[in-house]
Amino acid sequence: MTGGGARIWALHAAVLVVVFAAQYWLSPYHATNLARIMVLAVFAMGYNLAFGYTGLLSLGHALLLAAGMYAASIPAQLWGWTAGPALIAGIAAGGLMAGAVGLLALRTAGVSFMIVTLMFAQAGFLTILYFAPVTGGDDGFALPAASRTILGFSLATDTPRFLAAFGLFASGLLASLALVRSSFGRTMVAMRENEERSRMLGYNPFTVKLAALVISGLYAGGAGAAWALLFGYAGASFASIQYSILPMLYVLLGGAGTVLGPFLGAVLMFYLIEFASDLTSAYLFIVGLALVILVLFAPKGILGTIRERWARWLP
Amino acid sequence: MALEVVSLSSGYGPITVLHGVSFRAEPGRVSCIMGRNGAGKSTLLKCLMGLVPARSGTITLNGVALHGLPAHEVPRRGIAYVPQGRRLFGPLTVAENLAIGGLVTGNRPETLHRVLTLFPRLRERLTQTAATLSGGEQQMLAIARALCLDPRVLLLDEPTEGLQPSMIALIQEAIVVLKARGVAVVLVEQRVDAVLKLADRVAFMVSGRIVEDRDVSGLRADADAFRTYVGV
Repeated sequence: MTGGGARIWALHAAVLVVVFAAQYWLSPYHATNLARIMVLAVFAMGYNLAFGYTGLLSLGHALLLAAGMYAASIPAQLWGWTAGPALIAGIAAGGLMAGAVGLLALRTAGVSFMIVTLMFAQAGFLTILYFAPVTGGDDGFALPAASRTILGFSLATDTPRFLAAFGLFASGLLASLALVRSSFGRTMVAMRENEERSRMLGYNPFTVKLAALVISGLYAGGAGAAWALLFGYAGASFASIQYSILPMLYVLLGGAGTVLGPFLGAVLMFYLIEFASDLTSAYLFIVGLALVILVLFAPKGILGTIRERWARWLP
Repeated sequence: MALEVVSLSSGYGPITVLHGVSFRAEPGRVSCIMGRNGAGKSTLLKCLMGLVPARSGTITLNGVALHGLPAHEVPRRGIAYVPQGRRLFGPLTVAENLAIGGLVTGNRPETLHRVLTLFPRLRERLTQTAATLSGGEQQMLAIARALCLDPRVLLLDEPTEGLQPSMIALIQEAIVVLKARGVAVVLVEQRVDAVLKLADRVAFMVSGRIVEDRDVSGLRADADAFRTYVGV
């Protein structure tokens, strides 16, 4: 997992260069899709830090995404905040919400943790619906164009939107890489592998898992805020269970516990859903089938399998 | 830095496993605990580590109370534990296992150097995943990982179990070196030859009680004690 530092950083830099350059050869439609994928990948990267590296299988990450989304979009809607402060508010809200949920949910483990996080997310979803006059409820609301600006550029236009999504994605990816290669990253992995073994080496599992969950929440909050600011919409559907399951699917498909896995998973799943929904309204059937095949033949996901068989140095 | 256990009782749920155990481990000495299966030897070590809570009695290290501390605090006070069955982080490399072992003490380079000098074979395997090591190498790594904490007391639960003779010799040599460095070693062991070679004192456990605690010199000519309490 560690070692080969130059090769690892070079690989990730190369991925960033390719993603950045894609805006010049992709059609506007696909470039916008890529911007969406980058934001979703940030969400998945956060999920990966909790699940892939620390072993926290959460079903409540939609709540963290929605916390960031509304913490950014409500001030933008009501008080005319611009994108910069709104994004910071969104990131902070994701982290705070994760901390609050974690303080209670981390007293459980395994299936109980999944259920408790799911309950928190459902409570958040219902709260958003209940406060519909502020949140827009099921219909959501569109963000005013004036608030969707950063450094004088409108995020409603293609190039600034792509660049903003890329900036967030690149920061998230590099921070994720640095984190998993740090001492704390090793501690997270130790926790995932075996809590009791970690405890007898002097680690406090609760503290480590809470910290990992908060970091995951920062990513989710950032992704939620970015989605609202870049695509101009906030709605209760982002707090629904679908958005708790999606990052899990991205991570499982790309490879849990790999830095690039969430991005790869997000790309493939995004286009798989798009392709399947063109064929049938029951597109989730095709998505489900693809996942069953994946679990049967590559249970560690694409990059997890590649790492296991050919590239053990892959972080 | 003596580890002192006085009237320790502990168990699981409604079952009491340890009944008023008293025991002492001195720096630079190997204190052995022997007994039949189910006598409570492993539970005693887990209780010393805080992994099984003490119900009554005291555990002190150089006079400082350890009983009642959360399990993750005990290694920070200078006690390291190598459980039965090694319990490594299998998918991680040797280097990563050692790094995780030494994180709470700051991964001091001199500690790592000392550990790798004790087990030079691990130096050759640093990039290999722990799960792919041989049984003996895994045991070396388990001990090495514990030593990365720079402990004053080392608890070893049957460290030579299932190993080939050449590996057993290497592990025993390492224990002798640790003893010479002043580490208090508490060794749970079933092999009489190993006990006679390494131990300074031997405590025999029966049904969660220490029934005899003797200097090893007196045991060399008394095979009856081993036969009575261990069945060998």
